[in-house]
Amino acid sequence: MVESKQHWKAWLYLSPAIILLLVFTVYPIVNTLYMAFANGYGMMSAAGGQKFEFGIENFKKVLEWGGFLTAMKNTLLLCILTVPISTILALLIAVILNSIGPLRRVLQTIYFLPYVTNSIAIGMVFAAMFNITGSFIGTENEIVYTSGIINNIIEFFGGTKVNWINPGSSYWANIFVLVIYIVWNALPFKILILLGGLQSVNKQYYDAAKIDGTGKFRTLTRITVPLLSPLIAYIVITGFIGGFKEYSNVVGIFGESMGPAADPGRLNTMVGYIYDNVAGKLPNNQGKAAAAALILFVIILAVTLINLWVSKKKVHY
Amino acid sequence: MKVVLQNITKIFPSRNKKSNEEVVAVNDFTFEIPDGKLIGLLGPSGCGKSTTLYMISGLLAPTSGQIFFGEDDVTQLTPENRGVGLVFQNYALYPHMTVKQNILFPLQNFKGEAKLSKEEMLERAFQAAKLVQIDELLERKPNELSGGQQQRVAIARALVKMPRVLLLDEPLSNLDARLRLQTREEIRRIQRETKITTVFVTHDQEEAMSISDMIVVMKLGVVQQIGQPQEVYDNPCNLFVAKFLGTPPINVFTGTVKGGKLYIGEDAVMDVNGVEDQEVYVGIRPEGFIVDAKGGFKCKLSNLEVMGRDVSVVSYNDASLNPVVRSIVDADNKIDRDSEFITFALKPHKVFLFNKETEARIYLENKSENKKETKKAKGGK
Repeated sequence: MVESKQHWKAWLYLSPAIILLLVFTVYPIVNTLYMAFANGYGMMSAAGGQKFEFGIENFKKVLEWGGFLTAMKNTLLLCILTVPISTILALLIAVILNSIGPLRRVLQTIYFLPYVTNSIAIGMVFAAMFNITGSFIGTENEIVYTSGIINNIIEFFGGTKVNWINPGSSYWANIFVLVIYIVWNALPFKILILLGGLQSVNKQYYDAAKIDGTGKFRTLTRITVPLLSPLIAYIVITGFIGGFKEYSNVVGIFGESMGPAADPGRLNTMVGYIYDNVAGKLPNNQGKAAAAALILFVIILAVTLINLWVSKKKVHY
Repeated sequence: MKVVLQNITKIFPSRNKKSNEEVVAVNDFTFEIPDGKLIGLLGPSGCGKSTTLYMISGLLAPTSGQIFFGEDDVTQLTPENRGVGLVFQNYALYPHMTVKQNILFPLQNFKGEAKLSKEEMLERAFQAAKLVQIDELLERKPNELSGGQQQRVAIARALVKMPRVLLLDEPLSNLDARLRLQTREEIRRIQRETKITTVFVTHDQEEAMSISDMIVVMKLGVVQQIGQPQEVYDNPCNLFVAKFLGTPPINVFTGTVKGGKLYIGEDAVMDVNGVEDQEVYVGIRPEGFIVDAKGGFKCKLSNLEVMGRDVSVVSYNDASLNPVVRSIVDADNKIDRDSEFITFALKPHKVFLFNKETEARIYLENKSENKKETKKAKGGK
C-alpha cells in the first residue's frame, strides 16, 4: 500500500526532531512533574535505590523555607520595576529616534549594542562602575583605591559616595544597581521592535493630526501609542516572562553568591533558587527544585494570562 | 473665504547629492479661488496638483510666493492655525477610534477660548455626521465601514471644526465606479450646503468637470488653463488641455493651412480665414463630425458601435495621431456598414488648430463662438 509506506516515511523524516524533543523537552517535563510530587526526592537518594511516596511535601518545604520566599520577592520586585521602566523608556527612545534624521543610524547601532554583548561581561563592567576597591568603611590606615566611576561622578558634583554593591551596602542600593543594569540590558530589543512598528505607521495619520492641531504629547498618547499597542503588549508580556526568569543579570553583578559578600543569597531569584537546589549549594534537593520550577511556571502562566486579558481590552484592532 | 495663491513655486531638492536635479513641482502658480466655490485641480500624475493642495493646507511650505485666506497672509502659518480641513486620499481615519471619536478628535484639540464643552462637541460631531449621513454609524470602528462610509467619516472629520477651506486629495480614487458617481454628487451637495470654499485634486477629468465650479488644468507644475469646465472644454488653450479633457478623447491630426483652407492629408476640410500658411495640429472633438456624403473629410470606415441614442463611428485616417478616429454622431444617420469609406463635414466650433512647435492654440478670426475669452494661465504654453 502506497499510503502506509508514505506514512512510515513521514515518521522517519520527522524522527530526528521528535527524538530530540522527546529526550530534551518531553522527558524533562514529565520527570519534573514526577520529581516535584515525589516527597523528598533527591538525585543521590534515587541513585541509592530509595523509594519515594507521592505528595506535596516538596511544595510545602519550598514555601516554608525562607530562601524561596526571598527569591520570589526579589524576582517580583525586579519585574515590577524593570518592565514598566524599560517599556516606557524604549517607547520614548524609539519615538525620538524615529523623528530625527541625521545620526539616526549611528544612535540606532549604539542602542542596539547591549543586545549583541554578553550579559555577564556587561554585568562585570557595571559591577566595576559601582564597585569600591579597598575598604569603604575607610578606617584611617586602609586605602581606598577607587570608589568606582559612578561614585566619582557623584563626588564630582559634590555628593557623598554611596556603597552600591560592596559588603555593608543596603538592599535598596543593590536593587537600584540591578534595575539600572536590567533596564539597560532590556532596552535594545524593545527599541528595535518599537522602531520597526513606528516605521510602518502610515505618515498620513500624523499629517491628519497636524492639520487638526494636535499637540506633540497628545499625538503620542492618542495616536502613536494606540497604533503601537499590539507591539507594546507583546513587549510587556515577553518582558514579564523574561523578568521572572531573571538570573544571569544578578550573577553578572554579584556573582554566584547572589548578593554582596556579607549577605550571600540576599538578591537570589527564583531561577537562582532552582539552580541552587539542582546543582549548587544545596545538593540532593531536586524535588524542591522541581516544585519551585512548577510554582514559577504557574506564576508566569498566570501573569501572562492577566496580560493577555488586559491587552484584549486595551489593544486596539 | 476666498483663497489667493500668488506666484506659488515649490522646488524639491534633489534626492541624491551627486546629481543636482531639483524638481520643480509647482511653478509660479497664481490664482484667486472665489469664496464658496468648488475648484477642481486637474492633471496627470506628477503635475503638482497634490503639492499645491498641501501648500494650501500648510503641510508643505512654498519655496516662494504667498498664500492668502481672505485678506490674511497665511504663508507662514502652521496647518492648525490656518483652519483648513483636509481629506486624505486613503482617508487616514484613526483605526483605533470609533467614528464618533474620529470626528470628535479635531474638536478636542481646541485650546483657550475656542475650547468647547463636552455637550457642544458632541452636538457638533453629531451635526457633521448628519450632514454626511453617517449618524447611524457613530459607534463603529473604521474597519467596519465600507469605502464610501469611510470617505464620509473623513469628510465629517474635516468639516467638524468648521474650516475656512476644505481640501480633498483625490477623494474618490479609492471608491468603486458606482460609488464614485454617488459620492461626487454627495461632495457637491455638502459643499453647496456648507458653502465652504473647497479645493479638490483629481486626475479624472470627468470627475472634475462634473462637479467643479472651476477647473485648473496643470501639467508638470505649470498651470495650463483655468476656467469653468464647459469653457475649458469648448475652448482649450493648447493641445495638452484639449487632449486631457473629454471622453472619448479629442481626435488629433497633422494638418496644413494653405491659402485660408485647412487640409488634413489631401482633403480640404474647412475654411480657416486669416490663419497664416503653416503646418498645424488639428483637434476635432468626437461630436464635431457630421456624416455628410458631400463633406470634405474622408476616412476609412472600420466599424460602428451603436449606443442607442448615438453611434460611435470608428474609422482610420493616415494623418491621425490617435490609433483610430472616433466620432459620435446621431443614430438617425443611415450609415452603410459595408462601405469602405465614410465622409464627414466638420462643425467649425469643435475644430481647434494648434501651432506645431509650441502646441499653443491658433485662434480663428471669424468664429465668434471661439472668441469667448477664457482666463489664460500665465506661463502656460
